[in-house]
Amino acid sequence: MSARTRPVRAAVTYTLLVACACAWAAPFVWMLSTSIKPESQALDPGVGLLPNLGGTGFFGSLRALADQIAVNYGGVLESESADFPTYYRNSIVVALASASLMTISSAFVAYGFARVRWPGREVAFAVVLGTMMVPFTVVMAPQYLLFKELGLIGTLLPLWLPSAFAGAFSVFLLRQFFMGLPPELDEAARIDGCGHFGIFWRVVLPNSTPALAAVFLLQFVAAWNDFVGPLVFLNHQEQYTLALGLQMYQSSHGGTPWSLLMAACVLTILPVLLVFALFQRAFTESVATRGLKG
Amino acid sequence: MSARGELRTGLVWTAPFWIGFALFTAVPVALSIRYGFTQYDLIEDPLPVGGANYAEIAHDPVFWTALRNTGIFAACSVTLNTVVALALALLLEQKLRGRELVRALVFAPTLVPISAVAVGWLWLLKRDDGLVNTALGALGVAGPDWLGDADWALATLVLMSGWIVGAQVMVFTAALRDVPKSLLEAAAVDGATAWSRLWRITLPTISPAVAFNVIVSAIWALQVFALPLIMTRGGPQNSTLVLSMYVYQNAFQYGRMGYASALAWIQFALTCALTIAAVRFARRRVHTRVGAAG
Repeated sequence: MSARTRPVRAAVTYTLLVACACAWAAPFVWMLSTSIKPESQALDPGVGLLPNLGGTGFFGSLRALADQIAVNYGGVLESESADFPTYYRNSIVVALASASLMTISSAFVAYGFARVRWPGREVAFAVVLGTMMVPFTVVMAPQYLLFKELGLIGTLLPLWLPSAFAGAFSVFLLRQFFMGLPPELDEAARIDGCGHFGIFWRVVLPNSTPALAAVFLLQFVAAWNDFVGPLVFLNHQEQYTLALGLQMYQSSHGGTPWSLLMAACVLTILPVLLVFALFQRAFTESVATRGLKG
Repeated sequence: MSARGELRTGLVWTAPFWIGFALFTAVPVALSIRYGFTQYDLIEDPLPVGGANYAEIAHDPVFWTALRNTGIFAACSVTLNTVVALALALLLEQKLRGRELVRALVFAPTLVPISAVAVGWLWLLKRDDGLVNTALGALGVAGPDWLGDADWALATLVLMSGWIVGAQVMVFTAALRDVPKSLLEAAAVDGATAWSRLWRITLPTISPAVAFNVIVSAIWALQVFALPLIMTRGGPQNSTLVLSMYVYQNAFQYGRMGYASALAWIQFALTCALTIAAVRFARRRVHTRVGAAG
Protein backbone atom coordinates (compact mmCIF):
# COMPACT_ATOMS: atom_id res chain seq x y z
CA MET A 1 0.00 0.00 0.00
CA SER A 2 1.42 3.39 -0.94
CA ALA A 3 2.07 6.04 1.67
CA ARG A 4 -0.40 8.32 -0.08
CA THR A 5 -3.48 6.09 0.36
CA ARG A 6 -2.76 5.13 3.96
CA PRO A 7 -4.23 8.22 5.71
CA VAL A 8 -7.35 8.05 3.52
CA ARG A 9 -7.80 4.40 4.39
CA ALA A 10 -7.34 5.09 8.10
CA ALA A 11 -9.92 7.89 7.95
CA VAL A 12 -12.43 5.62 6.23
CA THR A 13 -11.98 2.72 8.65
CA TYR A 14 -12.18 4.98 11.70
CA THR A 15 -15.35 6.59 10.36
CA LEU A 16 -16.83 3.14 9.91
CA LEU A 17 -15.77 2.13 13.41
CA VAL A 18 -17.37 5.20 14.95
CA ALA A 19 -20.55 4.67 12.90
CA CYS A 20 -20.79 1.08 14.15
CA ALA A 21 -20.15 2.17 17.72
CA CYS A 22 -23.01 4.66 17.42
CA ALA A 23 -25.40 2.19 15.79
CA TRP A 24 -24.83 -0.42 18.49
CA ALA A 25 -24.65 1.95 21.45
CA ALA A 26 -27.48 4.33 20.52
CA PRO A 27 -30.42 2.11 21.54
CA PHE A 28 -28.84 1.47 24.95
CA VAL A 29 -27.84 5.10 25.45
CA TRP A 30 -31.30 6.32 24.47
CA MET A 31 -32.89 3.75 26.78
CA LEU A 32 -30.78 4.99 29.68
CA SER A 33 -31.40 8.62 28.77
CA THR A 34 -35.19 8.15 28.57
CA SER A 35 -35.18 6.32 31.90
CA ILE A 36 -33.91 9.40 33.77
CA LYS A 37 -36.30 11.93 32.24
CA PRO A 38 -39.71 13.09 33.37
CA GLU A 39 -42.32 11.60 31.02
CA SER A 40 -43.16 14.96 29.41
CA GLN A 41 -39.52 15.45 28.38
CA ALA A 42 -39.07 11.81 27.40
CA LEU A 43 -41.72 12.28 24.72
CA ASP A 44 -39.93 15.31 23.27
CA PRO A 45 -36.95 14.15 21.17
CA GLY A 46 -35.60 17.71 21.18
CA VAL A 47 -34.59 17.49 24.82
CA GLY A 48 -31.28 15.71 24.26
CA LEU A 49 -29.59 13.12 26.42
CA LEU A 50 -30.05 14.79 29.80
CA PRO A 51 -33.32 16.25 31.03
CA ASN A 52 -33.80 19.93 31.95
CA LEU A 53 -34.70 19.75 35.59
CA GLY A 54 -33.85 23.21 36.84
CA GLY A 55 -31.74 23.26 39.99
CA THR A 56 -29.12 25.94 40.50
CA GLY A 57 -25.45 25.33 39.94
CA PHE A 58 -23.73 22.02 39.27
CA PHE A 59 -24.68 20.40 42.54
CA GLY A 60 -28.25 21.68 42.34
CA SER A 61 -28.67 20.10 38.88
CA LEU A 62 -27.07 16.90 40.08
CA ARG A 63 -29.47 16.80 43.01
CA ALA A 64 -32.45 17.37 40.72
CA LEU A 65 -31.25 14.55 38.44
CA ALA A 66 -30.81 12.18 41.38
CA ASP A 67 -34.35 12.99 42.50
CA GLN A 68 -35.73 12.28 39.01
CA ILE A 69 -33.87 8.96 38.87
CA ALA A 70 -35.34 8.04 42.26
CA VAL A 71 -38.82 8.96 41.01
CA ASN A 72 -38.56 6.86 37.82
CA TYR A 73 -36.78 3.79 39.15
CA GLY A 74 -38.75 3.95 42.40
CA GLY A 75 -41.91 4.16 40.29
CA VAL A 76 -40.97 0.92 38.51
CA LEU A 77 -40.05 -0.97 41.67
CA GLU A 78 -43.21 0.16 43.46
CA SER A 79 -45.51 -0.08 40.43
CA GLU A 80 -48.99 -1.39 41.11
CA SER A 81 -49.44 -3.11 37.75
CA ALA A 82 -46.20 -5.10 38.01
CA ASP A 83 -44.22 -6.43 40.95
CA PHE A 84 -40.60 -5.97 39.88
CA PRO A 85 -38.95 -6.90 43.22
CA THR A 86 -40.68 -10.29 42.98
CA TYR A 87 -39.66 -10.69 39.31
CA TYR A 88 -36.08 -9.98 40.37
CA ARG A 89 -36.23 -12.63 43.06
CA ASN A 90 -37.75 -15.15 40.63
CA SER A 91 -35.16 -14.43 37.95
CA ILE A 92 -32.31 -14.82 40.44
CA VAL A 93 -33.72 -18.09 41.82
CA VAL A 94 -34.30 -19.55 38.36
CA ALA A 95 -30.96 -18.43 36.92
CA LEU A 96 -28.89 -19.62 39.90
CA ALA A 97 -30.69 -22.96 40.22
CA SER A 98 -30.57 -23.58 36.49
CA ALA A 99 -26.89 -22.65 36.14
CA SER A 100 -25.75 -24.69 39.17
CA LEU A 101 -27.67 -27.81 38.21
CA MET A 102 -26.65 -27.55 34.58
CA THR A 103 -22.96 -27.25 35.46
CA ILE A 104 -22.96 -30.23 37.84
CA SER A 105 -25.06 -32.58 35.71
CA SER A 106 -23.27 -31.69 32.47
CA ALA A 107 -19.87 -32.24 34.10
CA PHE A 108 -20.89 -35.80 35.04
CA VAL A 109 -22.24 -36.56 31.60
CA ALA A 110 -19.28 -34.95 29.85
CA TYR A 111 -16.89 -37.10 31.93
CA GLY A 112 -18.82 -40.16 30.79
CA PHE A 113 -18.25 -39.14 27.17
CA ALA A 114 -14.68 -37.91 27.50
CA ARG A 115 -12.99 -40.29 29.93
CA VAL A 116 -15.01 -43.50 30.15
CA ARG A 117 -14.63 -45.97 27.29
CA TRP A 118 -17.83 -47.81 26.47
CA PRO A 119 -19.37 -49.46 23.42
CA GLY A 120 -21.80 -47.19 21.56
CA ARG A 121 -20.34 -44.02 23.02
CA GLU A 122 -20.01 -42.20 19.70
CA VAL A 123 -23.58 -42.98 18.65
CA ALA A 124 -24.82 -41.89 22.06
CA PHE A 125 -22.95 -38.61 21.75
CA ALA A 126 -24.57 -38.01 18.37
CA VAL A 127 -27.94 -38.42 20.09
CA VAL A 128 -26.90 -35.77 22.62
CA LEU A 129 -26.02 -33.33 19.85
CA GLY A 130 -29.17 -34.27 17.95
CA THR A 131 -31.37 -32.93 20.76
CA MET A 132 -30.21 -29.43 19.80
CA MET A 133 -32.16 -29.83 16.55
CA VAL A 134 -35.57 -30.39 18.17
CA PRO A 135 -37.48 -27.09 18.12
CA PHE A 136 -39.18 -25.94 21.30
CA THR A 137 -42.52 -25.66 19.47
CA VAL A 138 -42.58 -29.45 19.00
CA VAL A 139 -42.07 -30.27 22.67
CA MET A 140 -43.70 -27.29 24.36
CA ALA A 141 -47.28 -28.59 24.37
CA PRO A 142 -46.41 -32.09 25.69
CA GLN A 143 -43.97 -30.60 28.21
CA TYR A 144 -46.70 -28.28 29.42
CA LEU A 145 -49.03 -31.25 29.84
CA LEU A 146 -46.31 -33.21 31.66
CA PHE A 147 -45.68 -30.40 34.13
CA LYS A 148 -49.42 -29.94 34.55
CA GLU A 149 -49.78 -33.66 35.30
CA LEU A 150 -47.03 -33.33 37.93
CA GLY A 151 -48.77 -30.30 39.43
CA LEU A 152 -45.84 -28.03 38.62
CA ILE A 153 -47.62 -25.47 36.46
CA GLY A 154 -47.85 -22.42 38.66
CA THR A 155 -44.42 -23.00 40.20
CA LEU A 156 -40.94 -22.00 39.03
CA LEU A 157 -39.80 -25.64 38.76
CA PRO A 158 -40.45 -26.13 35.02
CA LEU A 159 -37.96 -23.33 34.37
CA TRP A 160 -35.00 -24.92 36.15
CA LEU A 161 -35.76 -28.60 36.68
CA PRO A 162 -34.75 -29.67 33.12
CA SER A 163 -31.30 -28.18 33.79
CA ALA A 164 -30.67 -30.94 36.36
CA PHE A 165 -30.47 -33.39 33.43
CA ALA A 166 -27.61 -31.81 31.49
CA GLY A 167 -27.82 -29.95 28.20
CA ALA A 168 -26.34 -30.77 24.82
CA PHE A 169 -24.32 -27.59 24.42
CA SER A 170 -22.88 -27.67 27.96
CA VAL A 171 -21.96 -31.36 27.62
CA PHE A 172 -20.32 -30.61 24.28
CA LEU A 173 -18.29 -27.76 25.72
CA LEU A 174 -17.14 -29.66 28.82
CA ARG A 175 -16.37 -32.88 26.91
CA GLN A 176 -14.19 -30.86 24.57
CA PHE A 177 -12.33 -29.38 27.53
CA PHE A 178 -11.97 -32.68 29.43
CA MET A 179 -10.51 -34.37 26.34
CA GLY A 180 -7.87 -31.68 26.21
CA LEU A 181 -6.59 -32.51 29.72
CA PRO A 182 -3.42 -34.64 29.61
CA PRO A 183 -4.24 -38.35 30.21
CA GLU A 184 -1.09 -38.66 32.36
CA LEU A 185 -3.04 -36.95 35.13
CA ASP A 186 -5.58 -39.79 35.12
CA GLU A 187 -2.91 -42.44 35.18
CA ALA A 188 -1.13 -40.88 38.14
CA ALA A 189 -4.42 -40.81 40.04
CA ARG A 190 -5.21 -44.38 39.01
CA ILE A 191 -1.88 -45.59 40.35
CA ASP A 192 -2.76 -43.83 43.60
CA GLY A 193 -5.86 -46.04 43.72
CA CYS A 194 -8.50 -43.64 42.39
CA GLY A 195 -11.54 -44.96 40.54
CA HIS A 196 -13.52 -42.97 37.99
CA PHE A 197 -15.18 -40.89 40.66
CA GLY A 198 -11.86 -40.09 42.30
CA ILE A 199 -10.38 -39.02 38.98
CA PHE A 200 -13.44 -36.92 38.20
CA TRP A 201 -13.52 -35.26 41.60
CA ARG A 202 -9.82 -34.83 42.35
CA VAL A 203 -8.26 -34.45 38.90
CA VAL A 204 -10.72 -33.43 36.20
CA LEU A 205 -12.93 -30.94 38.06
CA PRO A 206 -10.14 -28.94 39.77
CA ASN A 207 -8.36 -28.61 36.42
CA SER A 208 -11.46 -27.48 34.53
CA THR A 209 -12.55 -24.37 36.38
CA PRO A 210 -12.47 -22.09 33.29
CA ALA A 211 -14.78 -24.42 31.35
CA LEU A 212 -17.06 -24.96 34.35
CA ALA A 213 -17.28 -21.20 34.87
CA ALA A 214 -18.14 -20.67 31.20
CA VAL A 215 -20.95 -23.24 31.33
CA PHE A 216 -22.29 -21.72 34.54
CA LEU A 217 -22.28 -18.20 33.09
CA LEU A 218 -23.80 -19.15 29.74
CA GLN A 219 -26.60 -21.04 31.47
CA PHE A 220 -27.14 -18.21 33.97
CA VAL A 221 -27.56 -15.72 31.14
CA ALA A 222 -29.71 -18.12 29.07
CA ALA A 223 -32.05 -18.70 32.02
CA TRP A 224 -32.15 -15.00 32.88
CA ASN A 225 -33.02 -14.11 29.29
CA ASP A 226 -35.45 -16.96 28.60
CA PHE A 227 -38.76 -15.60 27.41
CA VAL A 228 -40.67 -18.49 25.86
CA GLY A 229 -40.25 -20.88 28.82
CA PRO A 230 -41.82 -18.48 31.34
CA LEU A 231 -44.49 -17.52 28.79
CA VAL A 232 -45.60 -21.14 28.39
CA PHE A 233 -45.10 -22.54 31.90
CA LEU A 234 -46.08 -19.68 34.22
CA ASN A 235 -49.63 -18.54 34.72
CA HIS A 236 -49.54 -16.23 37.73
CA GLN A 237 -47.96 -12.82 37.84
CA GLU A 238 -46.22 -13.64 41.14
CA GLN A 239 -44.10 -16.22 39.32
CA TYR A 240 -43.03 -14.05 36.42
CA THR A 241 -39.36 -13.57 35.74
CA LEU A 242 -38.02 -10.18 34.66
CA ALA A 243 -37.93 -11.04 30.95
CA LEU A 244 -41.63 -11.91 30.95
CA GLY A 245 -42.67 -9.31 33.55
CA LEU A 246 -41.15 -6.58 31.42
CA GLN A 247 -43.17 -7.62 28.39
CA MET A 248 -46.35 -7.73 30.48
CA TYR A 249 -45.55 -4.30 31.94
CA GLN A 250 -45.23 -2.99 28.40
CA SER A 251 -48.25 -4.65 26.82
CA SER A 252 -51.07 -5.05 29.32
CA HIS A 253 -51.07 -1.42 30.37
CA GLY A 254 -50.91 0.67 27.23
CA GLY A 255 -50.60 3.66 29.52
CA THR A 256 -47.22 2.70 31.03
CA PRO A 257 -45.08 5.83 30.68
CA TRP A 258 -42.11 5.31 28.35
CA SER A 259 -39.70 6.73 30.90
CA LEU A 260 -40.72 4.06 33.42
CA LEU A 261 -40.71 1.35 30.75
CA MET A 262 -37.12 2.24 29.84
CA ALA A 263 -36.16 2.25 33.53
CA ALA A 264 -37.61 -1.26 33.74
CA CYS A 265 -35.55 -2.27 30.68
CA VAL A 266 -32.40 -0.92 32.32
CA LEU A 267 -33.18 -2.86 35.49
CA THR A 268 -33.65 -6.06 33.44
CA ILE A 269 -30.47 -5.62 31.42
CA LEU A 270 -28.11 -4.36 34.11
CA PRO A 271 -27.43 -7.64 35.97
CA VAL A 272 -26.51 -9.46 32.75
CA LEU A 273 -24.23 -6.65 31.62
CA LEU A 274 -22.53 -6.65 35.02
CA VAL A 275 -21.98 -10.41 34.87
CA PHE A 276 -20.65 -9.99 31.33
CA ALA A 277 -18.28 -7.18 32.26
CA LEU A 278 -16.89 -9.21 35.16
CA PHE A 279 -16.39 -12.43 33.23
CA GLN A 280 -15.90 -11.26 29.64
CA ARG A 281 -13.03 -13.63 28.92
CA ALA A 282 -14.93 -16.76 29.86
CA PHE A 283 -17.77 -15.73 27.55
CA THR A 284 -15.80 -14.84 24.48
CA GLU A 285 -13.61 -17.93 24.75
CA SER A 286 -16.56 -20.29 25.01
CA VAL A 287 -18.31 -18.72 22.04
CA ALA A 288 -15.12 -18.92 20.03
CA THR A 289 -14.84 -22.62 20.90
CA ARG A 290 -18.36 -23.22 19.70
CA GLY A 291 -17.47 -21.57 16.43
CA LEU A 292 -14.26 -23.48 15.86
CA LYS A 293 -15.47 -26.92 16.77
CA GLY A 294 -19.08 -26.63 15.61
CA MET B 1 -13.41 -54.78 32.39
CA SER B 2 -15.95 -56.68 30.30
CA ALA B 3 -17.84 -54.92 27.51
CA ARG B 4 -21.01 -55.10 29.58
CA GLY B 5 -19.29 -53.64 32.58
CA GLU B 6 -17.93 -50.84 30.43
CA LEU B 7 -21.35 -50.14 28.98
CA ARG B 8 -22.83 -50.02 32.45
CA THR B 9 -20.15 -47.59 33.67
CA GLY B 10 -20.71 -45.36 30.64
CA LEU B 11 -24.46 -45.32 31.08
CA VAL B 12 -24.18 -44.57 34.81
CA TRP B 13 -22.02 -41.52 34.13
CA THR B 14 -24.27 -40.26 31.37
CA ALA B 15 -27.49 -41.22 33.20
CA PRO B 16 -28.55 -37.64 34.02
CA PHE B 17 -28.74 -36.92 30.33
CA TRP B 18 -30.74 -40.04 29.46
CA ILE B 19 -33.31 -39.42 32.19
CA GLY B 20 -33.81 -35.85 31.03
CA PHE B 21 -33.80 -36.98 27.39
CA ALA B 22 -36.63 -39.44 28.08
CA LEU B 23 -38.68 -36.99 30.16
CA PHE B 24 -38.25 -33.74 28.26
CA THR B 25 -37.46 -34.80 24.70
CA ALA B 26 -38.29 -38.41 23.73
CA VAL B 27 -41.68 -38.75 25.44
CA PRO B 28 -42.82 -35.23 24.47
CA VAL B 29 -41.77 -35.86 20.87
CA ALA B 30 -43.68 -39.16 20.81
CA LEU B 31 -46.74 -37.54 22.38
CA SER B 32 -46.54 -34.67 19.93
CA ILE B 33 -46.58 -37.10 16.98
CA ARG B 34 -49.66 -38.74 18.47
CA TYR B 35 -51.46 -35.46 19.24
CA GLY B 36 -50.93 -34.41 15.64
CA PHE B 37 -53.44 -37.08 14.65
CA THR B 38 -56.03 -36.15 17.27
CA GLN B 39 -58.39 -33.40 18.22
CA TYR B 40 -57.36 -32.29 21.69
CA ASP B 41 -58.70 -29.34 23.65
CA LEU B 42 -56.91 -30.12 26.96
CA ILE B 43 -60.23 -30.72 28.74
CA GLU B 44 -61.41 -33.95 27.16
CA ASP B 45 -59.21 -36.87 26.14
CA PRO B 46 -57.54 -36.66 22.73
CA LEU B 47 -59.92 -37.84 20.02
CA PRO B 48 -58.24 -39.63 17.09
CA VAL B 49 -59.06 -37.93 13.80
CA GLY B 50 -56.51 -39.51 11.46
CA GLY B 51 -54.87 -37.05 9.08
CA ALA B 52 -57.60 -34.42 9.44
CA ASN B 53 -55.27 -31.87 11.03
CA TYR B 54 -52.78 -32.14 8.19
CA ALA B 55 -55.57 -31.93 5.62
CA GLU B 56 -56.88 -28.80 7.32
CA ILE B 57 -53.40 -27.22 7.36
CA ALA B 58 -53.16 -27.63 3.59
CA HIS B 59 -56.27 -25.44 3.20
CA ASP B 60 -55.58 -23.02 6.06
CA PRO B 61 -54.82 -19.58 4.59
CA VAL B 62 -53.36 -18.38 7.90
CA PHE B 63 -50.86 -21.25 7.82
CA TRP B 64 -49.76 -20.28 4.31
CA THR B 65 -49.39 -16.66 5.42
CA ALA B 66 -47.31 -17.75 8.41
CA LEU B 67 -45.20 -20.02 6.21
CA ARG B 68 -44.61 -17.23 3.72
CA ASN B 69 -43.69 -14.73 6.46
CA THR B 70 -41.34 -17.23 8.09
CA GLY B 71 -39.69 -17.99 4.75
CA ILE B 72 -39.21 -14.34 3.85
CA PHE B 73 -37.97 -13.49 7.33
CA ALA B 74 -35.51 -16.41 7.36
CA ALA B 75 -34.11 -15.74 3.88
CA CYS B 76 -33.65 -12.00 4.43
CA SER B 77 -32.47 -12.22 8.00
CA VAL B 78 -29.89 -14.95 7.31
CA THR B 79 -28.46 -12.95 4.40
CA LEU B 80 -28.40 -9.68 6.31
CA ASN B 81 -26.98 -11.24 9.49
CA THR B 82 -24.19 -12.98 7.63
CA VAL B 83 -23.18 -9.91 5.64
CA VAL B 84 -23.35 -7.57 8.65
CA ALA B 85 -21.47 -9.99 10.89
CA LEU B 86 -18.74 -10.57 8.31
CA ALA B 87 -18.35 -6.83 7.67
CA LEU B 88 -18.10 -6.15 11.40
CA ALA B 89 -15.61 -8.97 11.95
CA LEU B 90 -13.42 -7.68 9.10
CA LEU B 91 -13.61 -4.13 10.43
CA LEU B 92 -12.74 -5.26 13.96
CA GLU B 93 -9.76 -7.23 12.61
CA GLN B 94 -8.08 -3.94 11.61
CA LYS B 95 -5.69 -2.60 14.20
CA LEU B 96 -7.84 0.30 15.33
CA ARG B 97 -7.92 2.12 18.62
CA GLY B 98 -11.11 1.44 20.56
CA ARG B 99 -12.03 -1.72 18.69
CA GLU B 100 -12.34 -3.73 21.92
CA LEU B 101 -15.04 -1.33 23.08
CA VAL B 102 -16.91 -1.68 19.78
CA ARG B 103 -16.54 -5.47 19.99
CA ALA B 104 -18.19 -5.41 23.42
CA LEU B 105 -20.96 -3.08 22.16
CA VAL B 106 -21.71 -5.37 19.22
CA PHE B 107 -21.92 -8.36 21.54
CA ALA B 108 -24.23 -6.63 24.03
CA PRO B 109 -27.56 -7.15 22.16
CA THR B 110 -26.85 -10.89 21.97
CA LEU B 111 -26.33 -11.01 25.68
CA VAL B 112 -29.32 -9.19 27.16
CA PRO B 113 -32.95 -10.39 27.31
CA ILE B 114 -34.70 -10.21 23.95
CA SER B 115 -37.74 -8.67 25.64
CA ALA B 116 -35.65 -5.70 26.84
CA VAL B 117 -34.13 -5.28 23.37
CA ALA B 118 -37.58 -5.46 21.79
CA VAL B 119 -39.14 -2.93 24.17
CA GLY B 120 -36.18 -0.60 23.63
CA TRP B 121 -36.66 -0.77 19.86
CA LEU B 122 -40.42 -0.21 20.18
CA TRP B 123 -39.50 3.12 21.71
CA LEU B 124 -36.88 3.94 19.06
CA LEU B 125 -39.25 3.05 16.23
CA LYS B 126 -42.32 4.95 17.44
CA ARG B 127 -44.02 6.45 14.42
CA ASP B 128 -44.15 10.16 15.19
CA ASP B 129 -41.65 10.95 17.90
CA GLY B 130 -39.34 7.91 17.98
CA LEU B 131 -35.61 8.61 17.79
CA VAL B 132 -35.22 6.90 14.40
CA ASN B 133 -37.92 8.91 12.66
CA THR B 134 -36.81 12.11 14.37
CA ALA B 135 -33.29 11.55 13.07
CA LEU B 136 -34.60 10.75 9.58
CA GLY B 137 -36.80 13.83 9.74
CA ALA B 138 -33.75 15.95 10.51
CA LEU B 139 -32.22 14.59 7.29
CA GLY B 140 -35.38 15.48 5.40
CA VAL B 141 -36.66 11.91 5.07
CA ALA B 142 -40.16 11.03 6.22
CA GLY B 143 -39.72 7.76 8.09
CA PRO B 144 -42.35 5.05 7.68
CA ASP B 145 -44.56 3.65 10.42
CA TRP B 146 -42.02 0.90 11.02
CA LEU B 147 -44.13 -1.52 13.00
CA GLY B 148 -47.65 -0.29 12.27
CA ASP B 149 -47.55 -0.51 8.48
CA ALA B 150 -48.21 -3.98 7.08
CA ASP B 151 -45.78 -3.31 4.22
CA TRP B 152 -42.94 -2.43 6.60
CA ALA B 153 -43.36 -4.51 9.75
CA LEU B 154 -41.65 -7.70 8.54
CA ALA B 155 -38.80 -5.72 6.97
CA THR B 156 -38.36 -3.85 10.26
CA LEU B 157 -38.01 -7.14 12.14
CA VAL B 158 -35.41 -8.29 9.61
CA LEU B 159 -33.44 -5.06 10.11
CA MET B 160 -33.63 -5.50 13.88
CA SER B 161 -32.35 -9.06 13.62
CA GLY B 162 -29.33 -7.64 11.77
CA TRP B 163 -28.50 -5.75 14.94
CA ILE B 164 -28.34 -8.95 17.03
CA VAL B 165 -25.26 -10.57 15.45
CA GLY B 166 -22.78 -10.75 18.35
CA ALA B 167 -22.42 -14.54 18.26
CA GLN B 168 -21.85 -14.61 14.49
CA VAL B 169 -19.22 -11.87 14.76
CA MET B 170 -17.38 -13.95 17.39
CA VAL B 171 -17.42 -16.99 15.12
CA PHE B 172 -16.08 -14.98 12.16
CA THR B 173 -13.44 -13.31 14.35
CA ALA B 174 -12.15 -16.68 15.51
CA ALA B 175 -12.08 -17.96 11.93
CA LEU B 176 -10.28 -14.89 10.60
CA ARG B 177 -7.33 -15.65 12.88
CA ASP B 178 -6.67 -18.76 10.79
CA VAL B 179 -6.28 -16.84 7.53
CA PRO B 180 -2.57 -17.11 6.61
CA LYS B 181 -1.07 -13.63 6.91
CA SER B 182 1.86 -14.53 4.67
CA LEU B 183 -0.49 -15.40 1.83
CA LEU B 184 -2.33 -12.07 2.15
CA GLU B 185 0.95 -10.18 2.17
CA ALA B 186 2.31 -12.06 -0.82
CA ALA B 187 -0.90 -11.31 -2.75
CA ALA B 188 -0.66 -7.63 -1.83
CA VAL B 189 2.94 -7.55 -3.07
CA ASP B 190 1.78 -9.14 -6.33
CA GLY B 191 -0.69 -6.27 -6.70
CA ALA B 192 -3.95 -7.97 -5.75
CA THR B 193 -6.56 -5.45 -4.60
CA ALA B 194 -8.11 -5.68 -1.12
CA TRP B 195 -11.34 -6.80 -2.77
CA SER B 196 -9.78 -9.69 -4.65
CA ARG B 197 -7.77 -10.73 -1.58
CA LEU B 198 -11.07 -10.91 0.31
CA TRP B 199 -12.74 -13.02 -2.39
CA ARG B 200 -9.83 -15.28 -3.26
CA ILE B 201 -8.05 -15.80 0.06
CA THR B 202 -10.05 -14.71 3.09
CA LEU B 203 -13.52 -15.98 2.18
CA PRO B 204 -12.38 -19.42 0.95
CA THR B 205 -10.37 -19.90 4.16
CA ILE B 206 -13.25 -18.98 6.46
CA SER B 207 -15.93 -20.74 4.39
CA PRO B 208 -16.54 -23.35 7.15
CA ALA B 209 -17.38 -20.48 9.52
CA VAL B 210 -19.68 -18.93 6.91
CA ALA B 211 -21.49 -22.25 6.52
CA PHE B 212 -21.77 -22.68 10.29
CA ASN B 213 -23.19 -19.18 10.75
CA VAL B 214 -25.66 -19.53 7.89
CA ILE B 215 -26.98 -22.83 9.24
CA VAL B 216 -27.25 -21.67 12.87
CA SER B 217 -28.94 -18.38 11.87
CA ALA B 218 -31.32 -20.23 9.58
CA ILE B 219 -32.42 -22.57 12.36
CA TRP B 220 -32.93 -19.57 14.65
CA ALA B 221 -34.82 -17.59 12.01
CA LEU B 222 -37.13 -20.47 11.09
CA GLN B 223 -38.11 -20.72 14.76
CA VAL B 224 -38.22 -17.00 15.53
CA PHE B 225 -40.90 -16.24 18.10
CA ALA B 226 -40.18 -13.77 20.92
CA LEU B 227 -39.14 -10.91 18.64
CA PRO B 228 -42.37 -10.67 16.58
CA LEU B 229 -44.49 -11.59 19.59
CA ILE B 230 -43.30 -8.59 21.58
CA MET B 231 -42.83 -6.10 18.75
CA THR B 232 -45.96 -6.68 16.68
CA ARG B 233 -47.96 -9.62 18.10
CA GLY B 234 -48.05 -10.94 14.54
CA GLY B 235 -49.78 -7.86 13.13
CA PRO B 236 -50.61 -5.66 11.44
CA GLN B 237 -52.98 -7.89 9.43
CA ASN B 238 -50.90 -11.01 10.15
CA SER B 239 -47.99 -9.48 8.23
CA THR B 240 -45.51 -10.66 10.89
CA LEU B 241 -47.29 -13.84 11.97
CA VAL B 242 -44.62 -16.57 11.94
CA LEU B 243 -44.99 -20.34 12.27
CA SER B 244 -43.87 -20.55 15.92
CA MET B 245 -46.41 -17.93 16.89
CA TYR B 246 -49.20 -19.72 15.06
CA VAL B 247 -48.28 -22.97 16.87
CA TYR B 248 -48.33 -21.12 20.19
CA GLN B 249 -51.67 -19.47 19.47
CA ASN B 250 -53.30 -22.75 18.54
CA ALA B 251 -51.92 -24.60 21.55
CA PHE B 252 -52.42 -22.07 24.30
CA GLN B 253 -54.95 -19.52 23.07
CA TYR B 254 -57.35 -21.46 20.84
CA GLY B 255 -57.03 -24.69 22.89
CA ARG B 256 -56.21 -26.74 19.77
CA MET B 257 -53.31 -28.91 20.95
CA GLY B 258 -53.78 -31.44 18.15
CA TYR B 259 -53.69 -28.86 15.39
CA ALA B 260 -50.77 -27.09 17.06
CA SER B 261 -48.79 -30.35 17.22
CA ALA B 262 -49.38 -31.01 13.53
CA LEU B 263 -48.23 -27.47 12.72
CA ALA B 264 -45.12 -27.89 14.86
CA TRP B 265 -44.22 -31.07 12.99
CA ILE B 266 -44.52 -29.34 9.66
CA GLN B 267 -42.25 -26.59 10.97
CA PHE B 268 -39.76 -29.18 12.26
CA ALA B 269 -39.80 -31.09 8.97
CA LEU B 270 -39.13 -27.89 7.02
CA THR B 271 -36.30 -26.89 9.36
CA CYS B 272 -34.72 -30.34 9.04
CA ALA B 273 -35.05 -30.43 5.26
CA LEU B 274 -33.52 -26.99 4.85
CA THR B 275 -30.73 -27.69 7.34
CA ILE B 276 -29.81 -30.96 5.66
CA ALA B 277 -29.85 -29.27 2.26
CA ALA B 278 -27.64 -26.46 3.59
CA VAL B 279 -25.20 -28.90 5.19
CA ARG B 280 -24.94 -30.89 1.95
CA PHE B 281 -24.43 -27.75 -0.10
CA ALA B 282 -21.86 -26.43 2.36
CA ARG B 283 -19.94 -29.71 2.36
CA ARG B 284 -19.48 -29.58 -1.40
CA ARG B 285 -18.72 -25.88 -1.72
CA VAL B 286 -16.65 -25.48 1.42
CA HIS B 287 -14.29 -28.33 0.54
CA THR B 288 -13.69 -27.38 -3.08
CA ARG B 289 -13.07 -23.74 -2.25
CA VAL B 290 -10.67 -24.51 0.56
CA GLY B 291 -8.96 -26.99 -1.74
CA ALA B 292 -8.63 -24.37 -4.47
CA ALA B 293 -7.09 -21.95 -2.01
CA GLY B 294 -4.45 -24.54 -1.22
